[in-house]
Amino acid sequence: MRHGRNPFVVGFLVTPIALYTIFVAYPIAELIRISLTDWSGLSPEFTFVGLDNFGKILTDDKVWQAVQHHLLLLIALPLVTIALALLFSFLLNMGGGTRSGLATGVWGSKFYRVVFFLPQVLAVVIVGVIFGRVYGPDQSGILNSLLGRLNVEPVQFMAEWGMLSILGVLIWQAVGFYVVLFSAGMASIPGELYEAAVIDGASRVTVFFRITIPLLWETIRVAWVYLGILAFDAFALVMVMTIEQGGPDGDTSVLPVLIYKQGIRESEYGYAAALGVSLFLLTVTFAALALRAGRRDTLEH
Amino acid sequence: MSVKKDVKLLAGAGHVMLAMWALMVIGPLLFTFIASFKSNTEIFLGNPFALPATWDFGAFGRAWREAHIGTYFLNSVIVVGVSTFGTMLLGSMAAYVLARYQFRFNRAIYYYFVAGLAFPVYVVLTPLYLVVQAAGLLGTHTGLILVYIAYSLPFTIFFLAAFFKTLPNAVAEAALIDGASHTKLFFRVMLPMAKPGLVSITIFNLIGQWNQYVLPVALLQGEGAESKWVLTQGIADISTSAGYEADWAALFAALTIAIIPMVAVYAFFQRQIQSGLTAGAVK
Repeated sequence: MRHGRNPFVVGFLVTPIALYTIFVAYPIAELIRISLTDWSGLSPEFTFVGLDNFGKILTDDKVWQAVQHHLLLLIALPLVTIALALLFSFLLNMGGGTRSGLATGVWGSKFYRVVFFLPQVLAVVIVGVIFGRVYGPDQSGILNSLLGRLNVEPVQFMAEWGMLSILGVLIWQAVGFYVVLFSAGMASIPGELYEAAVIDGASRVTVFFRITIPLLWETIRVAWVYLGILAFDAFALVMVMTIEQGGPDGDTSVLPVLIYKQGIRESEYGYAAALGVSLFLLTVTFAALALRAGRRDTLEH
Repeated sequence: MSVKKDVKLLAGAGHVMLAMWALMVIGPLLFTFIASFKSNTEIFLGNPFALPATWDFGAFGRAWREAHIGTYFLNSVIVVGVSTFGTMLLGSMAAYVLARYQFRFNRAIYYYFVAGLAFPVYVVLTPLYLVVQAAGLLGTHTGLILVYIAYSLPFTIFFLAAFFKTLPNAVAEAALIDGASHTKLFFRVMLPMAKPGLVSITIFNLIGQWNQYVLPVALLQGEGAESKWVLTQGIADISTSAGYEADWAALFAALTIAIIPMVAVYAFFQRQIQSGLTAGAVK
């Protein structure tokens, strides 16, 4: 029975390990090594410069500008997305009438759930291109065309409100995912708990804040971490929606786009790698903090 | 009675909010669809949600041939088809061995793979580009496919290893006693038993790789790479050139061509897709 066991184990592992090592693990190791050099694509020679690149990053205004944009997304994206998703999933699961003592969802809740989730299956790039037209600067943009009908002057969404416009798209795409996630969590909360609260005369609003949110706390925390990590990306949207891919004047720049421009377009490999390391450190710091901060005694049901 | 009133009010306000969000979700997509049949004048000056005066299908032909959406679409199908298949094959093989066989370094190898989850692709973009360049795979589908597989392995292995652990031992032991080889046991017995998990994670990888943008942009470039581009890249390119070529209908037609298959697949498999995509967050 043990015959052929070891060759089998090795045979099944060798290709995945090889691929993963070449294209994931080795580049990660290289990232750190290159970030300590002054390598630029122009010459094959480069010297070890220690932490010089990181010093440059700390004094680079472009980087700080991008970090501010990530901070904006980091705060606003989870806050708005989770609030909307909680509200919608509560309505979908418990906003309707009471049937045999149990609250039911509003009429048509299945339809809403299907529609809300739809943006999630679309590529971010495609969503970005569509919203490029939604935010069009003149009558050709959907929003400005609608505003024009109300005699409002055209709003320069991408030129003046770039980051907020991008935030809007991220929220638009994300809400449905968390509606489905929270709905699954709400469905697993036993009906008797609600029944008891309703018999005690609790209103829906009280039920929402006193029962639903505490019992969903773990799921909400996971959502917070996921959305926070999303806030460090935004590459595709900035690339296809904004003026000059991160402009005007760096007003919509984000770190992944800086890495792409420095590393692949300008061939400033050393500096771009250092930016990559910095972005990684930011992401990991956030994830660690977020996982610690929200921890509290879990409620059992 | 107050509870009843409460419910009615909430249900009323709730319906308004839900309907508004549904409109906001459908609105831009509906606009895109309608605009692909319109003339430039209608797109620019008309009501964005008005129907076109005449339904002109010409933009679809222009998008498919002149803007090469047909080529990009086919490229996406080839790349994602091969890479999802490769991801599932290699990922399930590694996950199975790591979940059900004890050997030295088992845990070390498992964590080696799972550690990859901490590194988003855009962080390692520069060295990855250099590795692919050194391997002579820049601007090739082979390179992109191998990279897709490599970056999909951590989550696939993480998810499937947990799944394979839950499968009962009795069946596996019986098959081995009957003289089945380990390989046969895996393909004939264990894989079919793991079907629910495989379906979820296949959908997850399929959608993720189909929608991938940063990797093709970084890796499919250089001379002659345009004929290799995938759909997301092609759409992004058309959107920048639509302005000066003044063929907006073709851009919207291209978007429609890219959206319709996703919407259709989603309509048929929405339950599996929802559980497949949320699988990551539940774990």
